[in-house]
Amino acid sequence: MRVRASGADRAFAIVVYGLVLAASALALFPLFYVLAISFSTETEYLTRGFYLLPRTFTLEGYLYLMSHPGFMSALRNSVSISVVGTLLNITLTTLMAYGLSKTWLRGRKTLNFVVFFTLLFSGGIIPTYLVVQTLGLLNSFWAVWLTSAVSAFNAIVMRSFFQSVPKELEESARIDGSGEWLLLIRIIVPLSLPAIATFTLFYLAQNWNTYFSAILYLDNDQMPLQVFLKQMLVEDDPSISNASSVAYPYTPAARMSAIVLTALPLLLIFPFLQRYFNQGVMLGAVKG
Amino acid sequence: MTRGYWRRALPVYLMIVPGLLFFIVFKYIPMVGISIAFMAYSPFDGIGGSEWVGLRNFHRLFAEGDFLALLRNTLMLNLFDVLFFFPAPILVAVLLNEIKAKRFKAAVQTILYAPNFISWVVIVGITILLFATGSGGINQLLAGWGFERIELMTDPSYFRWVWLLQNVWQGAGWGAIIFLAALAAVDPLLYEAAAIDGANRWRMLWHIALPALRNVIVVLLILRMGHVMDLGFEHIFLLQNSMNLDVSEVFETFVYKVGMTQGDYSYSTAVGLFKSIVGLIMVLFVNRLAKQTGQEGVF
Repeated sequence: MRVRASGADRAFAIVVYGLVLAASALALFPLFYVLAISFSTETEYLTRGFYLLPRTFTLEGYLYLMSHPGFMSALRNSVSISVVGTLLNITLTTLMAYGLSKTWLRGRKTLNFVVFFTLLFSGGIIPTYLVVQTLGLLNSFWAVWLTSAVSAFNAIVMRSFFQSVPKELEESARIDGSGEWLLLIRIIVPLSLPAIATFTLFYLAQNWNTYFSAILYLDNDQMPLQVFLKQMLVEDDPSISNASSVAYPYTPAARMSAIVLTALPLLLIFPFLQRYFNQGVMLGAVKG
Repeated sequence: MTRGYWRRALPVYLMIVPGLLFFIVFKYIPMVGISIAFMAYSPFDGIGGSEWVGLRNFHRLFAEGDFLALLRNTLMLNLFDVLFFFPAPILVAVLLNEIKAKRFKAAVQTILYAPNFISWVVIVGITILLFATGSGGINQLLAGWGFERIELMTDPSYFRWVWLLQNVWQGAGWGAIIFLAALAAVDPLLYEAAAIDGANRWRMLWHIALPALRNVIVVLLILRMGHVMDLGFEHIFLLQNSMNLDVSEVFETFVYKVGMTQGDYSYSTAVGLFKSIVGLIMVLFVNRLAKQTGQEGVF
């Protein structure tokens, strides 16, 4: 018994689809603009105004970056920070969240509070900096890896996820005589791969986009892509730094190519995990 | 409870230890380090040797002219955020929820989630390039249509709007996920019953979808209130330049500058402590308020 769409419903659909398409266009156009300029010659960029499809085609910007020692070193630093950092993040978070998901564990409430309280109150920039300094971690990637090793928020969400894994699995494994480590590695981790992959992506995004801890803790030659890009786009921009007499050191294509290369890795990865975002992994978080 | 318990529990405690060590060393020891807010800390003398000065650093904060400007800027950005950013993900979720074509919906979601994975450096960088006074795409477009070119990044009157719109661009799609999950939990029978009663889609939106979101909205508003002092250091810091400091300096960027650029560790920590305490009080207060008005609260 299909009800015929009334005028009001048709208007509703037009409004919904219209707004959704407009929002998508707004989300996409800056990215397409950057992509278009990254393949354009400088002449086209300077003469054509706003466009999303280049008439010229050049790889000059990308080739320039490939042979730019500063960019390549920043790229290597970003890869190191992200790969090691993310492995550390996901390992510590999974272990801790799984441990804290055991309702029979004594001291569990206190431990949960220890994690939760850091969401409400923090020591601040300088006291944390002094700890890093005292430990001798300044000018080392360890400062970046360790100061962001576990996100309290992610640990709490993952804990409630593990709590939702059926208890029978645990019981049957215990009868087999396996200990907690085997249980975690053989049963829980394979079952939870979608959730673990999702959190790995969140951590990877955080590490790849890290800027603040890099400028706080790292030496000049250890700077990741985000810091390099900031220098390239913001600090060296004559209109911002008020140094209009200084000639701009990079071509438009080089600047846009740097943006593309910095943003692309995460944009290529996240769609594969998208279907897990909606599955309530995050909703548990709201309830604390 | 004893032997058997420990045999079972020891491996579990061992799993927790590495993460716990992180929280102790990098979260709780710094909380002890807050004591330098009450000192005239000098790196040479260290925490043990520096002189205690009581509340002098706090007096300084409230006495100096900076304070009112910091407070005004922080409150204004919060106001912009709650009024204009907060509803954006709700709107996106409601729209997405009305789309029945699965493929189309997934594609739109990919597009709207993508900005969440783009860093502030890139977002601010693209904005600068789009609005560069001479060659920027948007300014060329404006000039072509006969409008004046706008000094988006350096004219302080644009700062709050730029900050807000960049937040919306990055977060409106991603923020919708949580509301989408709440909408997915609505019993489809409600919609069928409403259809039989002759309700059109507008009325279903008003009487079914929006009420379903009420709890999530309240909880997220509570969490948001706890972050009145955390507007996102990185984003604001990247948007700052010598021309917009009057409107763009907030507690977070001030803490960084006083501490790291000027090297005044004690004063910076004092401002940071003030910021953290205000945040903490806000969460506790709003959470209690929510409970008193019959909502669930967060904790």
